Order: sequence, then C-alpha cells, then structure tokens
Amino acid sequence: MRPCATGHSRTPGARPRGLPSASGGAVRDNGRMPSALPDGEAVPEDGSLPPEALDGAAGRPLGFYLHVPYCATRCGYCDFNTYTAAELRRGSGREVTLASRDTYAANLVEEVRLARKVLGDDPRPVRTVFVGGGTPTLLPAADLVRMLSAIREEFGLADDAEVTTEANPDSVDPAYLAALREGGFNRVSFGMQSARPHVLKVLDRTHTPGRPEACVAEAQAAGFDHVNLDLIYGTPGESDDDWRATLDAALGAGPDHISAYSLIVEEGTGLARRIRRGEIAPTDEDQHADRYLIAEEALTAAGFSWYEVSNWATTDAGRCRHNDLYWRGADWWGAGPGAHSHVGGVRWWNGKHPAAYAAALNGGRSPGVGREVLSAEDRRVERVMLELRLSDGCPLELLAPAGAAVAARAVTDGLLDPAAHAAGRAVLTLRGRLLADALVRDMVD
Amino acid sequence: MPATTLSNAPEPSRTDPAVIRNFCIIAHIDHGKSTLADRMLQLTEVVEQRQMRAQYLDRMDIERERGITIKSQAVRLPWDHDDTSHILNMIDTPGHVDFTYEVSRSLAACEGCVLLVDAAQGIEAQTLANLYLAMENDLTIIPVLNKIDLPAAQPEKFAAELAHLIGCEPEDVLRVSAKTGEGVAELLDEVVRKVPAPTGDADGPARAMIFDSVYDSYRGVVTYVKVVDGRLGKRERIQMMSSGATHELLEIGANSPEMKAADGLAVGEVGYLITGVKDVRQSRVGDTITLLKNGATEALGGYKDPKPMVFSGLYPLDGSDYPDLREALDKLQLNDAALVYEPETSAALGFGFRVGFLGLLHLEVVRERLEREFGLDLIATAPNVVYGVTMEDRTEHTVTNPSEFPTGKIAEVREPVVRATLIAPSEFIGAIMELCQTRRGTMNGMDYLSEDRVELRYSLPLAEIVFDFFDALKSKTRGYASLDYEPTGEQSADLVKVDILLHGDKVDAFSAIVHKDKAYAYGVRMAGKLRELIPRQQFEVPIQAAVGSRVIARETVRAIRKDVLSKCYGGDISRKRKLLEKQKEGKKRMKVVGRVEVPQEAFIAALSSDSDGPADGGKAKK
Repeated sequence: MRPCATGHSRTPGARPRGLPSASGGAVRDNGRMPSALPDGEAVPEDGSLPPEALDGAAGRPLGFYLHVPYCATRCGYCDFNTYTAAELRRGSGREVTLASRDTYAANLVEEVRLARKVLGDDPRPVRTVFVGGGTPTLLPAADLVRMLSAIREEFGLADDAEVTTEANPDSVDPAYLAALREGGFNRVSFGMQSARPHVLKVLDRTHTPGRPEACVAEAQAAGFDHVNLDLIYGTPGESDDDWRATLDAALGAGPDHISAYSLIVEEGTGLARRIRRGEIAPTDEDQHADRYLIAEEALTAAGFSWYEVSNWATTDAGRCRHNDLYWRGADWWGAGPGAHSHVGGVRWWNGKHPAAYAAALNGGRSPGVGREVLSAEDRRVERVMLELRLSDGCPLELLAPAGAAVAARAVTDGLLDPAAHAAGRAVLTLRGRLLADALVRDMVD
Repeated sequence: MPATTLSNAPEPSRTDPAVIRNFCIIAHIDHGKSTLADRMLQLTEVVEQRQMRAQYLDRMDIERERGITIKSQAVRLPWDHDDTSHILNMIDTPGHVDFTYEVSRSLAACEGCVLLVDAAQGIEAQTLANLYLAMENDLTIIPVLNKIDLPAAQPEKFAAELAHLIGCEPEDVLRVSAKTGEGVAELLDEVVRKVPAPTGDADGPARAMIFDSVYDSYRGVVTYVKVVDGRLGKRERIQMMSSGATHELLEIGANSPEMKAADGLAVGEVGYLITGVKDVRQSRVGDTITLLKNGATEALGGYKDPKPMVFSGLYPLDGSDYPDLREALDKLQLNDAALVYEPETSAALGFGFRVGFLGLLHLEVVRERLEREFGLDLIATAPNVVYGVTMEDRTEHTVTNPSEFPTGKIAEVREPVVRATLIAPSEFIGAIMELCQTRRGTMNGMDYLSEDRVELRYSLPLAEIVFDFFDALKSKTRGYASLDYEPTGEQSADLVKVDILLHGDKVDAFSAIVHKDKAYAYGVRMAGKLRELIPRQQFEVPIQAAVGSRVIARETVRAIRKDVLSKCYGGDISRKRKLLEKQKEGKKRMKVVGRVEVPQEAFIAALSSDSDGPADGGKAKK
C-alpha cells in the first residue's frame, strides 16, 4: 500500500495531490498543478470561453493566480510543476531559451493580455492576486512587480485588493521585501514547514531554523499587512514534541495566518522512493490526526481561529481572500505553465512545461491544453466538497434527500455541529474536520 | 501395416462380437493417455496422416466446448491380428476424483483396460482408485509403462510396483513410448489377445447401457452406449428404463473418430445415438435403454442418481448479473446431470444460488466455466458438505447452507464420510498420518506399493477434505502425495455452527459448521482475517465469532480518525471531484452489513480458504 498521509490510502487510482510547494515559498497550492493534468476537452486556440461562462460575472469576484515554475533545488517530497535550472538545461537549445527564467515575466504578461482579450469587456477589477510556485522569489522582485503591473494595467486592481506572493526564507531579504511592498504586494507567505533541523533535512529544505521567523519580522518591518507561515506535520521522524516546537516557533514570530498541512508522500517523489527502500519509516495516519489536534489546540490557545480545514487566522481580515475565492466558486485566471483557471463553471489548465507555455504565447495561441464545462450537478458536488471544509460550512439545501439523511446521522455521530445543522447548515466539528472527505463522499449522494 | 482399413472393416450392426474388443485407458493426468490415443488413431489409420494433429481427441474436446463438434467418447478402431479383422472400441473415462460413478459406468462398458503409468513417476492415487474400480468390474488389466524413452524412467521399479498391484509378473508389464510410437502396435495386439470379446444375448430383448451423455448445441444430446444384449436399429423407438420415457432414434452410429451414422448397433458394440432430447438429464449415465416394442423388463444393474456432496453459494459480484448467472447455470446443466442449484438470498451477498456439486473439483470446473465461458464475476462462499440434523423432538433437517443450521435442542448431527486413498513416498508417512489425525481421520490400512512408496487408507469426514486438506497435504508432502476419495456414508459427530458478527450483525456468508474442538480456532482465524480485510470505518467495528450466543473470539477494527486531504486549492478541484466520483463508484461495490461497509475483495479473500483449489489428486482434463 502506498504510504499516504491521508485517509485515502485505500483508494486506488487517481488521488488529489497536495503537497506543499517545493519552493521555499508557501505551500498554498493555488494554480499549481499536480504531476498529472486531468483529462478534458480541448481549449480553443484563441482561448475563448463559451459565452455562458461570463453570464452573471459581474456578481462574482475575479482573482489572478500567477505561477512561477522555478526552484533552486527540488525537494524530496515535491511533485509540483516546477523546474530547477539543471532540469531545464536538459532540453534542446530552443527549449532552453523559451523556458528561461529571464524572459519568464514577459511571457506571463502575454498571458495576462490574452486574459484581457478572452474576458472581453468584463468590467471587473481584480480583487486578489496570488503569486505561487515553484519559488517566485527566485525571480528578481522587479519581475514580480512587472507581472502585477500588467494586471493593474489590463484589468485594474480593486482598492482593497489582496496581493500575495509566496516566498522562500532563503531567497528574500529586507530590500527584496521592500521592493515587493513598494510594487503593490501587501501579503507574503513563507514556507517555514518546521522548526526542527532533522525534519527540514528529511524535507530537503535548505533554510536554517529561525530564518522564517526572522522573515516575518522583516516583512512586517517592510510594511506588509498580512504574513502567513506554512507548516507541515507528519514528516517521517517528527515527534509530537517536534511539532509542538514548530507551532511555538511559528506563533512566536507573530504572523496573522498559519496554514498547516499533513505531509503527503506522492508517488514519484524522492521521499516516496526513500520510504519504499526502507530508508525512512512512513508516518502512521493516526499520528497525523494527533498532530492536527495538537495544532488546533496550540493555535486556538494563541488566538487563532480555523476558517478552513488547514487554515487559521487571528482575525477575519487575516484570512486569505484569494483562497476563499477558490472555495466559493468565484472566477480566477491562473497564468503560467500548468496553472488552472475557473470562470463561470468552466475549468481549464495550461500545458506544464515552461518551453511549451512560452512557445504557445509567442505564437499567439492560448497555453491552455484542456478544459471541462461543469454540469449543474458537478457544480453542486463541488460546492458541497469545497464549502463543507469552511468554518461556515455549506447550506443543507444543497443536499439531496439521501445526502440530507447522511448529514442528520453525522450530527448524531458527532461530525457535524448540531446548532448549525438546526439552523440549516452543515458545519464540521473538530472530529468532523478530520473525516471531511469521508463525509463528503456520503453527503453528495 | 494392417490390411484392415476403414473401407473394408466390419461395419456397425454387422460385426461379430467375437472380433470386438472394448477397452479403456486408465491413466493419471500427464501420464500420456492423449498421446497414446493419437498413436492408436494413426496406427489404425482412422485418421489420415495428413490430418493428424497432436492430442486429436482432446482438441475435439475444446471444439465441443465451443459447440462446433462432439468429442469422441468412444472411438471405433479397425485392427488386424492373426489375419482377422478386429474392431477395437477405445472408450474414454472421465479423468477425475469427483466422477467415480461416471468412471465406473465407462468401465462397465468394457471388458478390459489398459493401465497406463508414467515410467518415471509410478502410479498415482486416483489411477489406483480407478484400477480398483476396474478390478471390481472384472476387467482384464493390461499394465503398461509409458515414457520409457525418458532419461528419468525407472521401468524396473515401476513394473514391479504394477505387478505387485495387479498380481502379475513384472515381465508382463508392456513398455511403450506413446511419443515415439515404440511398442504401441504390440499393445494393440495384446489388447486383441488378452481382452475378452463381449458376451451377450444377441437374440434377447435389447439392452444398452449409457456410459456418457453429452449436450451439443447443434445436435442435442448425444448418448454413448454399449449394447449388452440384442440390437438397436435406426428409426426404432427406445425407452429409458429408469424413467419409462420413450424417444425415437433419430440417428445411431459409431465414431471413427468423427460421428458416422449406421444402420444400428448390435450386441457387444459401442456407439452413439441421438434422440433429439435437449438435456442430459433425460439420458442419464448408467441408465439402460431398451426398445419400446418387445423391450426388456429388467434393467442392467448399477444405475445411480448423481448425488451432490459439496455445496457452495455462488453470487454475482454485480447484483445485476443475477439473471445471467441463472441462464449460465441452466446452460451448464444441459450437459451436467450432477449439477443442482436453487436460488438463495444472503443478507451480505444479495441474490445468488446454492449450488450442489459432486465434489471440490466439480465445483472448480463449474466455477471456472461460469467465469471463463460466461464472463461472470462471482463470489463463492466456502464450500460445505450436507449435514443431517435430528432435533430432540425427532424432527429432521437437511442442511446445505450453514446459515440454515437449526437453532434449538439438537439431538444429533450427521456428516458425510469418505474412504480416502493416499499414495506418497514413504518418507512422508508420518506427516500424512499426523495430518489425517488432526482432520479426524481413522486409519483403515497401509500397504507398500514398492520399497519406498506407500498407500495409506483412511476414513475421513468429507468436511475436513473440503476445508483445506489438499493444500495441507501438498505442503506437508512437497507435492509428492496424491489423494483419491469416495463417499462411503455418514457418521454422527459433535458439530456446531460458528457465526461471525460485524458490529453485532451476523454475516450469513461467513457462518460455518465445524467440529466442536475446532470452533475456537476457526473463530479466531476468521476474526483475525477479517480484521485485516475490513477497512477502518468512522466508528469502531467489533468482529465476533460466536457459537449460539457465546462469543468465542473477538477482534476490533479501530475507527478511522483522519480521512481528509489537507490541501484543496484551485488546481486541486477538478481532480478532487473526479476522485470523488471514482470513490462513489467504488462504494457501489461495497457490501453493507448493518452499517459496516465491506469491500467485495474482503469477502472474496475471507471466503477463499487459504487454498487455491484441489491439488495433485484432482486435476483432470475433463
């Protein structure tokens, strides 16, 4: 059986991915795609959408995800769409040129312009921008600012727009952060993962303990309103106390947002190979449950509240509005190799390799390689699947009679909150948060 | 080369019994029977050289399965000996342990048999059992060692073994190589010399014994008979003496080796007949056929109804395949008079059939055909035998499904017993005796077949053999032992029903009837196995084994604590929804017991004994 950090190890076949990014950056998964893309229908060359995708668009927020597919080194647990310099050099001469970091920002700006064409006279300003990777901070700060500027020029940014980048604790300094802040970024997410050297080593993370905490202070000094730390629990070799120490260190740094993810050992990663060879013992899934409870306890005690299964914030304003957009079926354009987008019930995704991506845009074509148009039932299922993970839960009126019966029983079983249920919403209890996928499987009946 | 060929050989219905020799070949699988038959077909020139292909008769068997042609259950071979044209009828015997009765009928159609034994391996238990049957039928035995061309052949040793068994001199044992053809002509001559001609009353009322009955989708049932007395002619009206049913003879003839119609079959002859019936149960092996007009009044002896000894519940994995399973069983039954079944419902497995078989091999063959030929995916419950239960109030129950074992005050439980023959190198005597002892066996005797090979005879409860005896025997004797058994009756025994409960709900498919002393071990084993097989649920699932209301073993599947992927962002959504769809498909294949979801794989794994089916003793080509 595949070692797996989730409860899904019994389910053969496709499984969602979900590993923190390789970047030093954050772990937010935004448009970052799994190692394999889904099947889907073709995307038209000009990237145009079915007209109905824009019906009612004015009522939905619009966001941008910008993917940066570069990393200094590949971490042993990472299966994201990212490339090291060495990996890119293996291509042909033309590919190497196309996939170059130096021209990346220019390519991405091309896609922002394509987005403008495809969305036509859509008047919406952009409410959130999230730059993820890979390691966005491997690019000069000016490149990130330039990409953001393209969005501002083409679409306009809302006055209160949230603009985040992931950042690697190793690759930023006060000057870099100041440049980002000045360029319009107001939120930064650092990939801390652990405070313990032996855990960072298993993860192949190169930063030293203490550096992410220092980054928080530097970001705050640079004037960032919001700072997130990404943490990983359940790494082989990590003890409950190691995890507590990580939480304490993170909380001590004073971010207003923390994301905590269980480590998923993905097929095809170096870590999976090391576990298979017996070099590293996998973590038992019950230990993941223990760690989650430890996190909930420590974070709550420090004044954080959960607002999504893996996300906690000190205030409502500290919540990541960009991610919220994913979970509530809003529209976003994912730009960059392998990035996923969603507009009005149409999901599409770009080709994965930076060279192919650049070639498409240089040729005036959409880099999209596949899409799916969601049926009404697909959209209902997605709503249950995504909204149930939120602290507000999902409305019971989304459920069919069979699903409603499941929800009623889940109240009895202690997985759903009774008061919220009585008020017409399915809201997970603490135990329910740990069994959310199982519950969703039954509730969408 | 013999002067007699098909063109000038005596014809069916006009053959003097004095030149007829009816014989069969008794051999273990892989000892070379098919190859020997090939050589005989060539030597007697019934198959032209250019049409000859390896395992001619077996190939016809495969074709028959596909409904193309009919296997020759009996082949008519012309053979000259001492300037006289003879007719040799080579009669096929079904190859395996569950078909003792069919074998006995084939033997009853013969006056002699060739005992064919691999010169590198010696006799096997099943061959020995058939040899004893042949001796009981007073057949002339012609002992033959095959494969004498093999470097590993030990003809001296095994000739002594055969001589010892049948009471002849080692020099009397013929030595052939079916592969090269060496010694085969001499063997045919020996058949003419040694096997007596059939004797019967040529002028008496017709009596023919059915020794095989085969369904063919084009021709209906083809019935193979030996005419013991009198004569059957085409277009005559015949009567089945067991049922009194009458039929018209649409066709009668002999195989050489393809079916060839003739005017009739006379006393001593062997051939086929076709009446247009569609179901082999209307033309049963062992029955006597006579003529409606001036028919015989007394049937030939030896007829028995086939009696199922082993039962198993067969359920389609996909409940919507139930009608297909019924249709498939109906079709198989056309050609298998021993197959019985009736609908059954299991709380755990849904709708299926309780199916009765002659034995484990019969079960394997039927199951394999259902899966292979009819494309069905099946779950089979662990095979069980038939129990007789007498209650204290003297009411009687026949139990073919353990979950129907009666509750209440039981006076007596009876189980079937078999006489088992085991042959193995003598170094394994201890291991076999120990095995038989733990399986409640009683030793009836032991004989050395040769210096280092021994035959052990035991009485054993059939239930113990059905359980996992073959596998245990195979592993304890490194595959060197062979086994044969034959039902002999029943005995009273201290048997109890063990139930398995999941989360307090009884799982009917897992109930078993076992000896009181083994109930605990069975309960512990099943509970342990299920603990491994049942996935963790959202609640704790106790697994209990119980005899009546007394719990004898308990295991627990701990509740699952975490079943959530921690990341769910933009790029994850499509994939996560598709995974959800896939998981929902998977859930449809779950069987629900109470609130516990059990994957079908768990049922299959828990129900398969650790065995992969009957081993050495049983494998057969039939």
